[in-house]
Amino acid sequence: MTTQTQTQIVPLEKNLRSRIAWGSVLIVAGLLVLFLFGLTSEAGQSTKFGLNPGSGSQAIVVPDLIVPAQPSIYALALVLVFMGAYHMARGVKSTGILIGVLAFCFVAAFLVWAARDKSFSLVGMLGSSLVRATPIALAALCGVISERAGVVNIAIEGIMLITAQVAVVAATVSHNLWFGLLIAILAGGLLAALHAFLVIRFKVDQIVSGVAINIIGTGVTSFVSSRFLEKNTNLLNNSGTFPSISIPLLAKIPILGPVLFENTPIVFLTMILVAVLHIVLFYTPWGLRTRAVGEHPKAADTLGVNVYLVRYVNVIIGGMIAGIGGSYFTIGSVGRFDEVMTAGKGFIGLAAMIFGKWTPIGAFTSSLIFGFADSLQVKLQILRVPIPSEFLLMAPYIVTMIVMTGIIGRAIAPAADGAPYEK
Amino acid sequence: MKDQKVKDTSPKPKENKSLAQEIAAGWQSLLLPLLAIFTGLLIGAIVIAVSDAKVVEAWAQFFQAPGAALAATWKAISTAYGALFGGALGSPKAIVEGFRTYVSTGESTDLLKAIYPLSESLTTSTPYIFAGLAVAVGFRCGLFNIGAEGQFFMGALGAAFVGYNMRGIPWFIHLPLALLGGAAAGAIWGAIPGYLKARFGAHEVVNTIMMNWIAFRLSDWLLNGPMKASGFRPVTPNIDQTAELPRFFADPLRLNWGFPLALLTAYLIYWLLFKTTIGFEIRTVGANPDAARYAGINIIKNFVLAMVISGALAGLSGSAQVLGVDHWVGQGFSAGYGFDSIAIALLGKSHPFGVVLAALLFGTLRSGATRMQSMAGIPIDIISIIQGLVIIFVAAPAIIRWLYRIKAISGEQTVLTRGWGK
Repeated sequence: MTTQTQTQIVPLEKNLRSRIAWGSVLIVAGLLVLFLFGLTSEAGQSTKFGLNPGSGSQAIVVPDLIVPAQPSIYALALVLVFMGAYHMARGVKSTGILIGVLAFCFVAAFLVWAARDKSFSLVGMLGSSLVRATPIALAALCGVISERAGVVNIAIEGIMLITAQVAVVAATVSHNLWFGLLIAILAGGLLAALHAFLVIRFKVDQIVSGVAINIIGTGVTSFVSSRFLEKNTNLLNNSGTFPSISIPLLAKIPILGPVLFENTPIVFLTMILVAVLHIVLFYTPWGLRTRAVGEHPKAADTLGVNVYLVRYVNVIIGGMIAGIGGSYFTIGSVGRFDEVMTAGKGFIGLAAMIFGKWTPIGAFTSSLIFGFADSLQVKLQILRVPIPSEFLLMAPYIVTMIVMTGIIGRAIAPAADGAPYEK
Repeated sequence: MKDQKVKDTSPKPKENKSLAQEIAAGWQSLLLPLLAIFTGLLIGAIVIAVSDAKVVEAWAQFFQAPGAALAATWKAISTAYGALFGGALGSPKAIVEGFRTYVSTGESTDLLKAIYPLSESLTTSTPYIFAGLAVAVGFRCGLFNIGAEGQFFMGALGAAFVGYNMRGIPWFIHLPLALLGGAAAGAIWGAIPGYLKARFGAHEVVNTIMMNWIAFRLSDWLLNGPMKASGFRPVTPNIDQTAELPRFFADPLRLNWGFPLALLTAYLIYWLLFKTTIGFEIRTVGANPDAARYAGINIIKNFVLAMVISGALAGLSGSAQVLGVDHWVGQGFSAGYGFDSIAIALLGKSHPFGVVLAALLFGTLRSGATRMQSMAGIPIDIISIIQGLVIIFVAAPAIIRWLYRIKAISGEQTVLTRGWGK
């Protein structure tokens, strides 16, 4: 055996078994691609991937990507089988690469197959992935900032639901979307403060408190909806949405420009927040204190860090971020509030946080995967893929469950996550 | 072997002792939940008053006419809660009146009309008892099953499937089979997150929520496709009469055998949890998984088992609703049962008997709220707000103690949930 097991802790036999398992997964995936997509498409069919957004975009026009369907699928299947065999025989060091290859080849083959003889806007798909990832990313960032300080916040769903409603009502009444966003941020902070108060001051079980706030969130928003909003839609629940802004110059870059630099303010805000939180969390004294409080509050306390203060502040800032996420649902996308419109996005955000190993950048990247799964499902319905739409709609939830198993990159939570601190 | 001995002998005296303790501190363990409910209702009353345009107008003129403001507030609240409790319990006078007529003349129409609200409340409570038990069993094992809603839906679909698909078999086979079908569907839906938790440490809170959404999408598909009745609406066909849980009275009274079945199940769960080795293991894992592992208890098995029982109970809840009350399943069939059952389990302190009492309370509130919605125009969602508040107050007795100046007695604190992947 010429395996280079740098980590000698893993016994060779276990390593071998895992290699055979992963290798066969890849080979099976390759065969699936071959039989499901390759043999069902006909020779001469081709797939057109649109690389230009619709009219009104500043991006420089590039020619669309046209690939012959069947040969491409065969090639992708071959790559999968080859990777599987190679991993079995020689071993690839990082499972991340394997999963990357697996996911890319399978999804690419699927898209080529689904869009054969049709055209498929790749840029539109990537753009909508980013947009759909936004609320998930904001929920995940809210989770990161509070859990790094040791407070589990599963109230995100409820906070986003309430702030979604607050944002649209405030924006409609004041005729100012930015005012709506501001009020939503404040409301998010307040609700998170309630959660923090319950779990820090009264030591309520953090999950129970989160569930209670979620229930109240559903109750309050539905109550307000049926009591006020339904009768006065135009006065209270019709705000319009943030217009899309293009950043000069950057938006002209082909493919990347329209995806990244032609977006609504909330999407830009999310990307900025990711960078800011990353710097704050890992390069500032406050970030160090936050992480210390989340890992070992006693030690932090001994060194003079005010554990309670750090926890309060972080949870409240998290709530404000969730407030931005809530306003995405209304003033950021459709301009009106519907009951239970968050549809589990807060919880998906938590899964993204875990998958992203409790880091802002990781959380954002994994949100993109969920966003991709979400927008794929919409595109496939448009392409009339012969799979019932209800099953496609399940995709983000199933991806979440797979992520939660930790098969793909197991992560370790902050040590004091979820535990109340007593002096 | 040694463990076995301890298990066999110790539970009985220990349970009795804790029961005696509970009686000693009894009034407080009863008082705190009652005060939690009272405070929840009080804040609910404030929400009703504040959201009433007339009340707000009256308060704007508070300094000119303080009496009018108070009167308007009182009117709004009393109309709402009057309709709530009237709709839930009926009028005692009418019941006595009706009973008298029945005894003297044998004419039962008045009596049945008078006990209709009461029958509705018990009917509404039936699925709550099952669903509350489902969440309670999870809590006892340290698992937070938020997925009762999805399990309820799958259970209802399973029961309906058996109910309308098998024809021409006698009721004593058909009915148990339908219940079993529902329980099995719920159990599968609970087992998946249970297994993922046990095997991979995937947190059940997120996974059960995801299973809920998958259940909703799956039911959308089933109700529009394979399980759709002929016609335009996305509903299942009516179940066969042989699969129905028989009703006690003639229509429109819907009280059926599901209610006694729920009470019996509550007793069985009590027996399972507190009188058997299985229950002892589940509770030990819930109280302290590390200690349980040292004692040689199989944690994985108990996590899965608890979620299977929990899911089966939630499935039975859906079955009882479809076999006893509605006889068909439509979209949104499970709305609200998941969160309600959490509130019930918390309020009932995860004890089967407590769950029954809490379920009766919530069934009463829900059934009254329907009437409140039609009589006083208060959206039924007010009940969710009250429930959320009750959960907070039950989970944080310190708030109630602080509000009403009640001194704490040292008592056991049950750990309900744990952090991620532990």
